Amino acid sequence: MIDKTLASPAAALADVPDGATIMIGGFGSAGLPAELIEALIAQGAGDLTLVSNNAGNGDTGLAALLAARRVRKMICSFPRQVDSYVFDGLYRAGQVELELVPQGNLAERIRAAGAGIGAFYTPTGYGTELARGKETRVIDGRGYVLEFPLHADYALIKAERGDRWGNLVYRKTARNFGPIMASAARITVATVHEVVELGALDPEAVVTPGLFVRRLVQIARAPTQPAGVRPA
Amino acid sequence: MNRWTKEQMAARVAQDIPDGAVVNLGIGLPTLVSNFLPPGREIILHSENGVLGMGPAPPPGEEDYDLTNAGKSPVTLLPGGCYFHHADSFAMMRGGHLDICVLGAFQVSVRGDLANWSTGEPGAIPAVGGAMDLAIGARRTFVMMELLTKGGQSGGRSKLVAECSYPLTGLACVSRIYTDMAVIDVAADGLRAVELSDGLSLDGLRQLAGVPIAAPLGDRR
Repeated sequence: MIDKTLASPAAALADVPDGATIMIGGFGSAGLPAELIEALIAQGAGDLTLVSNNAGNGDTGLAALLAARRVRKMICSFPRQVDSYVFDGLYRAGQVELELVPQGNLAERIRAAGAGIGAFYTPTGYGTELARGKETRVIDGRGYVLEFPLHADYALIKAERGDRWGNLVYRKTARNFGPIMASAARITVATVHEVVELGALDPEAVVTPGLFVRRLVQIARAPTQPAGVRPA
Repeated sequence: MNRWTKEQMAARVAQDIPDGAVVNLGIGLPTLVSNFLPPGREIILHSENGVLGMGPAPPPGEEDYDLTNAGKSPVTLLPGGCYFHHADSFAMMRGGHLDICVLGAFQVSVRGDLANWSTGEPGAIPAVGGAMDLAIGARRTFVMMELLTKGGQSGGRSKLVAECSYPLTGLACVSRIYTDMAVIDVAADGLRAVELSDGLSLDGLRQLAGVPIAAPLGDRR
């Protein structure tokens, strides 16, 4: 019998070693697997390379992981936000490395890893400083930059509902990086608010097929809090 | 001369968005355009974090932070709208499936090069987000910006330039520029005025902009 559910975030992350590359889903707070990040902090692994769109908001989540000095390098598209002071301070002090990637190239590099693509030519970034030192090629009169896939040891993602085979559906824009990160990591850990019986998810509407998910943890539902945005 | 207000600029951009268009409005000034979309036109808004058919902000108290726009502010979904993951969202841009994208800018060159993601200041935290994907992805990229930089010692300089001095976002990607004084096309042979604000002459615009600008089509000035 296949049962990917585990009792707690701690149980799902017990084997994360120092030096791991970890993808963390989310766009601001939407889809950010906050419970898994807390468990990763408690677990203690360090010298991590993180792949995530942003670099933390306020003092919680990614910012708390950064503040605990567990992160060697961030690979992301938009670290600077109104409430990213933890990352900003570490970056200015030279205590965290940054690889800045245009958001669509970040997504496609993650997708490419999951799809077994060796590298791809993208027009995004051509002629800019983010393409400096990279191979380029003109195809049909348009300039392209060669970009390589981003693989990870772990992907930590947040979904809405799943079953013991690991099939997932998401909620609204909290889907963001979840499906592609799930495909790009050796071990994908997903939180869900609800674990349902096999067959209860509409097979026409499953977003992430279970084979991309190794571990599933049920967490309590709490409203997603604002992040990365000035209060109105 | 009467400078156009931000709202007038947004309304002017909105006029040029046809019925049925799929449009991405960038963070900042371009977001205003959604308030001026002409009634009677069905226009689908795309948000890079994975939405087509984005609706307005929800009423106070009904915010859902699992449904936000690219600026991470709460929005709503219109009937017919849908969600998708990031690789699909950026494939929509890169693949040329969006009709129009409206972006803010620090500088635009006479060839339509765009600089809008970094001023290159030492010590600044770099952040690019989807700017480079948006700039080169849509069938037409509109820029919305004030013609001149703001106050201070170095203020009052033209943002239309022969060559961008700020880090580039994309090469030759801008098709039309909406400023507070004029609407200007990036044509194959350089910039061409489309419309001037009341009381501004073409020579006046050229003087302020500091770059060659051709007369509007059909105008022999």
